[in-house]
Amino acid sequence: MSNVPVNNGRRRFLTAATSVVGGAGVVGLAVPFIGSWNPSARAKAAGAPVEVNVSKIEPGQLIRAEWRGKPVYVVRRTDDIVNNLSKHDDQLRDPKSEEAQQPEYATNTYRSIKPEFLVALGVCTHLGCAPTHHKGDFEQHVSGIKDGFFCPCHGSKFDMAGRVFQGVPAPLNLVVPEHSFPTDDTLLIGVAPGEA
Amino acid sequence: MKKFILALLAVFPMLAGAAGPSLDLDKAGNDLSDKESLKRGFESYLNYCLGCHQLQYQRYNRTFADLGISDEEGLEKWMPTGEKVGDHITNTMPAKDAAAWFGSTPPDLTLEARFRSPDYIYTYLRSFYVDEKRPFGVNNKVFKDVGMPHVLQDLQGVRTMDEHGELSEATGGTMTAEEYDAFVRDLTNFLEYTAEPNKLERQNMGYWVIGFLFIFLIFAYLLKKEYWRDVH
Amino acid sequence: MNSFMAWIEQRLPFMDAMNKHALQYPAPKNFNFWYVFGILASVVLVNQIVTGIWLTMNYEPSGDGAFASVEYIMRDVDYGWLLRYMHSTGASAFFIVVYLHMFRGVIYGSYQKPRELLWIFGMLIYLVLMAEAFMGYLLPWGNMSYWGAQVIISLFGAIPVIGEELTIWIKGDYVISGATLNRFFALHVVALPLVLVVLVFLHILALHEVGSNNPDGTNIKKPKGSVKPEDLSKFEFHEQYTKKYDIVDAIPFHPYYTVKDLVAVVIFLILFSWVMFFAPEGGGYFLEAPNFTPANGLKTPEHIAPVWYFGPFYTVLRVIPEKLIGMVAMFAAIGMLFALPWFDRGIVRSFRYRSKIHLFNLTQFAICFIALGVLGTMPASDLANLAGRIATFGYFGFFVALWIYSKDEKTKPVPERVTG
Repeated sequence: MSNVPVNNGRRRFLTAATSVVGGAGVVGLAVPFIGSWNPSARAKAAGAPVEVNVSKIEPGQLIRAEWRGKPVYVVRRTDDIVNNLSKHDDQLRDPKSEEAQQPEYATNTYRSIKPEFLVALGVCTHLGCAPTHHKGDFEQHVSGIKDGFFCPCHGSKFDMAGRVFQGVPAPLNLVVPEHSFPTDDTLLIGVAPGEA
Repeated sequence: MKKFILALLAVFPMLAGAAGPSLDLDKAGNDLSDKESLKRGFESYLNYCLGCHQLQYQRYNRTFADLGISDEEGLEKWMPTGEKVGDHITNTMPAKDAAAWFGSTPPDLTLEARFRSPDYIYTYLRSFYVDEKRPFGVNNKVFKDVGMPHVLQDLQGVRTMDEHGELSEATGGTMTAEEYDAFVRDLTNFLEYTAEPNKLERQNMGYWVIGFLFIFLIFAYLLKKEYWRDVH
Repeated sequence: MNSFMAWIEQRLPFMDAMNKHALQYPAPKNFNFWYVFGILASVVLVNQIVTGIWLTMNYEPSGDGAFASVEYIMRDVDYGWLLRYMHSTGASAFFIVVYLHMFRGVIYGSYQKPRELLWIFGMLIYLVLMAEAFMGYLLPWGNMSYWGAQVIISLFGAIPVIGEELTIWIKGDYVISGATLNRFFALHVVALPLVLVVLVFLHILALHEVGSNNPDGTNIKKPKGSVKPEDLSKFEFHEQYTKKYDIVDAIPFHPYYTVKDLVAVVIFLILFSWVMFFAPEGGGYFLEAPNFTPANGLKTPEHIAPVWYFGPFYTVLRVIPEKLIGMVAMFAAIGMLFALPWFDRGIVRSFRYRSKIHLFNLTQFAICFIALGVLGTMPASDLANLAGRIATFGYFGFFVALWIYSKDEKTKPVPERVTG
C-alpha cells in the first residue's frame, strides 16, 4: 500500500456520490425501455374515438359499434323501457351504480347522458362473453321484465341500463365507456362531454 | 506506440474523402425548427406532390402535432379528403396505372431526404429544363432522363440548357427566382422533417444525456483517482 | 441473512466465484489505454442484447412488413427511434472496440503461449460476430441490406460443383426473399446470440485461468518461493492464485480496475452518445443512404459496398480477379488471424522489447488493414484495385515475415518486473 494514509471519509463520499449519479443514470436509461411498452401511435390511431350516427336507430333497436377492439352496444330505449328502469331495483346487485363502472356523468338511473341512449361495452363482467340483447322476450329469463341482456356463456342477466341482476355469476354492471354527443345526431365513443 | 496512432490518424482523411456523392449540389439551407416554413412546405406538398407521391409512413396527426396545428384545424384545413387524423398521408393513385403513366411508380417520399439528401431535393426541384426528346418535354440536370413532369413549371417558368450545361430562364413563371427558391426550400424542409420527425427531439435529448455523462465522468474520475492512490 | 448466505454458499459458491473472478483477481497494475476495450466490448454486447430484445417486440420479420415495421419503430413506438439507434450505432461500436481489442492483443503478444486458446476463443467470437452482423444487416430490408446480402451469398456460388445449389439452399428461394429474411432473423436473434454469450463466457474463463498479459509482456505470477517477501504484491488475492504462485506487480481487479474501467466506460458512452444523438448515420457508414428505400430486387443501388467493418475482407475478395481464389483468400485472411499464435515463434511478447523489424511489420500491418477497410467501402477502380492488391500483399506478408524473423529475433531484454 502507499504511504499516504487512506482518507476513508473522502472515499466513502465519492463512492456514494458516484453510486447515486450512476443510479440516476440507470433510472434514466430504463425510461425508453419502459416507455416503449405504451400504446404506439398506431394503437392510438386504431383506438381513436369512434363516431356513430344515432339518428337512424329505431326506438328499441340496438346497434353495435367497435371501439378499441371491443363491441359497444348503443340502444335507443323507448319511453316505456326508460320509465320501467327504476321499478326492479330490488332485483339488482347495484341498482344505484355505486361501483365505478361508468363515468361520473353517467352515474344516474339510466346510466347514460341522455335517458334515450344506452351506451355500454358488450362485454360481460363475468368472463368477457358478449351478452345477447332480448327485445321484448326477456321474460323467459326474468319474469315481468320485457327487455334485457342475457349472457349465453354462464347465464348472467342485465337490464336495459346494463345493471346486473342478483343471483348470476357476473359481479358488476356492464361498463359504460366515455362518450358524448357533439351534436344531437352523433355519438362520440371514447371522448367525455366537453373534452375535445 | 505514438507511431501507430500517427499512422491511424493519417488514414482518417482518406476515410472522409470516401464518403458522399460527387454531384454538385446547392445548399438547401433549410431550418427544421422553423414551423412556419414547415407548414408552407406541408401545404405545397399537399397541393403539388401528394397526388402522385405518398408519405406512407407519416401520419397526419403526428405532422399536426409537430407543426403546431390542432387536430380540429388539421381536419378542417389540411385534410380535405375526409380521412381520419390518425391515418397515414397517402393518395389513392393505383400503383399499376402510375407505372403505366410515368414509366415507374412514383416513389414514396417519406424518407427521400435521408435516401438522397435535403440538398439533393432542393437542387433537383430547381434543375428542370426543356428537352423535347423526353415524354413530358422536360429533363433534369441532377436526375438524367427523369420520368417526372415539371409540376412546378407554372411557378418557376420554363428553363433551357445551353451547350455548357448552364440553365437559363426562357419564360418567366408566376414567381420570381427568389420566391421559387424559398418555395422549394420550404418543401425541402418539410421533407427533411418527414424523413425523421424526431430529429430535433433526438438532438435535444443528446445534449442532456451527454451533459449528464460529463457530470458522471467527474465523479467516476475522482473516485478512480482516490482509489489509485493505494497503487501509486 | 448471514446464515442464508452461508446456506447458499455451501450449495453454490457464489461469493467464492466472485472473489476468484473479480474481487480478488490479480490484474497487472500497468494496464494502459489499450486494456479497456475488453470491458467496452462487454458493455456493447449487453446493449445489443437488451435493445435487440426490445426491437423484436415491434419488428416484423417478413418481406412485406420488415421495412415498414422499422419505420413503425422509428415513428410510432415511444422511444422506438432511440432503441433502434442504440442498436444500429452499437453494431458499429462493437466492431470498433473489437478491432482495437484485437490490435492490443497483436502488439503486446497476448496471443502467445500460454494464451493461444484464449486468442482462439476471441477469434471465434469475432467470427460469430461477423455472422451476427451480416444477418442483422438484412433485417431492415432496405435496398442496401438486400443487395449486400445478395453479393455475400453469391460468394458461395464460387465453390465448385455444389456452389449454385448451396446459394439456393442458403436463400431458401431462387432470390433473396422473405424465407431468407426469416431464417436470418431466427439466427440473428436466437441462435447466434446464444453462441456468442457462451463463447464470451469461455473467453473470460480462459483468461482467468492463464491470467492477463500486460504492456510489458512480463509474467506477474512467479514460482512459489522465488520472490523476496518485500517484493510481493501487498494486496490480498484469492488463494487459488496465491497458493501456487508468488504474485508481483498486481492489484485486485476490484476496486482498482472496476473504478478505472468505469471511467473508460463513461468516456466511451460520451462518444457513443455523441454519434447516436447527433450523427446516427455515422456519415453514411453506420446507416447507409440506400437503406432508406425498401429492398428492390430489380434496382441495384449505384454503389454497393458492404458495411465498413467487412471492408478489409471484402477488398481482399474484390482485388483478386478470380472468384474462387478471391473467396479462398478472403477466408484465408481470417484464418491467418486464427493461426497467429503459431506464426509467431518468438518468446518476447510486447513490441516494446522486440526488434525494429517487428515494429515495422506491425506498423505496415495496421496501415494495410486500415487501407483494406477504406478501399472496401469505395467504388472499384484501377487505382483502388492496385492499392488493394498492395495492401492484401502487406496483410498476408505480415504473417509470413513474422514466421521468418521471429525464430531468431534480436530482442531487447525483458524486465523482470513491470515498468511504470
